[in-house]
Amino acid sequence: MGPSLVLAATGGTLVAAGVVLLLERSLSRLVVGVLVLSNGVNLLILTAGGPAGTAPILPSRGGPHRALSDPLPQAMILTAIVISLASAAFVLAIAYRGGRLSGDDDVRDDIEDLRVRRESEDDVGLRAERERRAVADPSELGAREEPDSDFPGGVPRDGRRGNGRRRDGRPRGGGRRDGQ
Amino acid sequence: MNAENALVPLPVLLPVLAAGVKILIGPRRPLLKRAISVVALAAVLAVAVALLVRADRFGPQAVRLGGWPAPVGITLVADRLSAVMLAVSSAVTLCVLVYAFGQDVAERDRDTPLSVFHPSYLLLTAGVCDAFLAGDLFNMFVGFEMMLMASYVLVTLGGTMARVRAGTTYIIVALLSSMLFLVAIAVLYAAAGTVNMAQLSWRIAELPGPVARIAEVALLAAFAVKAAVFPLSMWLPDSYPSAPTPVTAVFAGLLTKIGVYGVIRAETLLFPGDHLRRLLLVAALLSMLAGVLGAMVQIDVRRLLSFTLVSHIGYMIFGVALGSAAGLAATVFYVLHHITIQTTLFLVAGLIDRRGGATSLARLGGLARTAPLVGALFFVPAMNLGGIPPLSGFLGKLGLLRAGIAQGGALVDVLVAGAVLTSLLTLYSLVKVWNQAFWSAPPDDPPNDPRAGRRDDPRDDRPQGARAVRLPAAMVAGSTALVVLSLAYTAAGGPLYALCERAAAELLTPQTYVRAVFPSGGAT
Repeated sequence: MGPSLVLAATGGTLVAAGVVLLLERSLSRLVVGVLVLSNGVNLLILTAGGPAGTAPILPSRGGPHRALSDPLPQAMILTAIVISLASAAFVLAIAYRGGRLSGDDDVRDDIEDLRVRRESEDDVGLRAERERRAVADPSELGAREEPDSDFPGGVPRDGRRGNGRRRDGRPRGGGRRDGQ
Repeated sequence: MNAENALVPLPVLLPVLAAGVKILIGPRRPLLKRAISVVALAAVLAVAVALLVRADRFGPQAVRLGGWPAPVGITLVADRLSAVMLAVSSAVTLCVLVYAFGQDVAERDRDTPLSVFHPSYLLLTAGVCDAFLAGDLFNMFVGFEMMLMASYVLVTLGGTMARVRAGTTYIIVALLSSMLFLVAIAVLYAAAGTVNMAQLSWRIAELPGPVARIAEVALLAAFAVKAAVFPLSMWLPDSYPSAPTPVTAVFAGLLTKIGVYGVIRAETLLFPGDHLRRLLLVAALLSMLAGVLGAMVQIDVRRLLSFTLVSHIGYMIFGVALGSAAGLAATVFYVLHHITIQTTLFLVAGLIDRRGGATSLARLGGLARTAPLVGALFFVPAMNLGGIPPLSGFLGKLGLLRAGIAQGGALVDVLVAGAVLTSLLTLYSLVKVWNQAFWSAPPDDPPNDPRAGRRDDPRDDRPQGARAVRLPAAMVAGSTALVVLSLAYTAAGGPLYALCERAAAELLTPQTYVRAVFPSGGAT
């Protein structure tokens, strides 16, 4: 008797759904994607253990003799479930924190990547000019793509805009990139 | 389990116990907690050195936890490769810990809560040790996860916007690679019926080729994400630079090397032979070139270093892909060298930041005059990474190039040329940093006040200029110790390289490993 087709098909569907969700920008969808994906992978491990049987180690009482289930995949799945639970909890906490800081839970582009991309579109002369301006006024960088975002990660360390306070009125604690 | 190989589990046990004790102690008594950290990590270092000596003299040290024989129980194995990686990584984590103390003293930084940092750091160390010592794939997965879970906490420490943004990318990519790892484990278990690496090594040989290739590709992809091999490396330069300096340094030095360790294990013990050699060679070439070309356009020191990290992972994959004893020996040596050097450079980038007030090259200048010590601490590892003789980077690259030339073939020749080019371009990037940060004139408005954005800190009552120039002794000591360690690789180059050659010879004869795990040979 081979592995169960239903299990394999369910696992495949879960993995496919997980991959689709992982391509989203919103962090809460990413969490769901990770959870769905990990459940799909867990089903794959379960399938790897072969056909189901009676509970392992305990001898079967009465009834027709059936083979024992393989206990190892179940032990591995238990471990994997615990790990993905903890990871998901952490990502949710990060999503909440990101939401508090920026107002949404989207994953943002990297500021330095934006800078390099913009530079590569420029002439050399324009680029030097832009760098000079960016040093003088850090809001040149990063401000163009997200004109109204209060996103301190894009601002070099001395580049506090406004009065250095976040929208909720508390002092801005997150402006520095290195936290030293 | 006898008294001698009772040493094997200690590198995992000690940091976990220490982390638990520290949490019990609570938020007070910082000195006691520091002492516990230092003692635990120093003990791990001592154990690792003892293991290295024993593994080198008596062959791989295996311990069957709980007394269950393999493959039923969990086996921990320390062969020469594991032991030498363990020794170097524990030395590096100890130095970084000392550096972190210095940063604590000077910072009083609310972005970096210390009661969280220290236990997480110890758990990270335990996970790293477990990944090196694991004798079965699933235990290796658990080691990876321990380390990753701690690293999630460390990379988002303090929860500032920049760290949350960078950490998100890091966490999602890491989770995805864990899933790939699990898929590989499931495929191997379905096909071979075991996760014990020694048992897998002969069962995989009996599998039909395509099945083994599916498992090999899944496993290598999982490791390659962790190691940041080129097409799978995009997450690294985005996520590393924003973490606190000691965290970035230890991530750059160790976490990627665990991926490389996994690739070495997979290609020698589990899937010996040259099935995917061509693929690995191409990936190595692309990593070297893509990484170093990325580094050339960066103006932030930390990001520049992150890109050189990617490019130098290419060297290690190159040596593994060669598959010869000479190639593997050079890879092992290069891994040891690179763990130390990359960590040092990131720590020194932290010193530059503190001393010069920025890590962007546009805002640095004149540090050679104002901070000659930082200059020396940067110059030596930078030249080492660039491969200037007689430093250890040169020795490792020389070994790789000689192994490549001895092997021959069109693709390998292209790689040799690519490796030389990468070495030159690395040197170019680092010399650019040197010229701009150390030798050029200071910028017009010297950013002598790195805490400009921090005046809202009510606890901070010191004059600002005074703090910008002080470098805490512990930070300098940690960096200096690592520079000295990297110079020791040159001084002890002969014996160390011979050890790496013995490790490579052991890797190429998996029978030694198998015999250590299954002493009776009663393997089925």
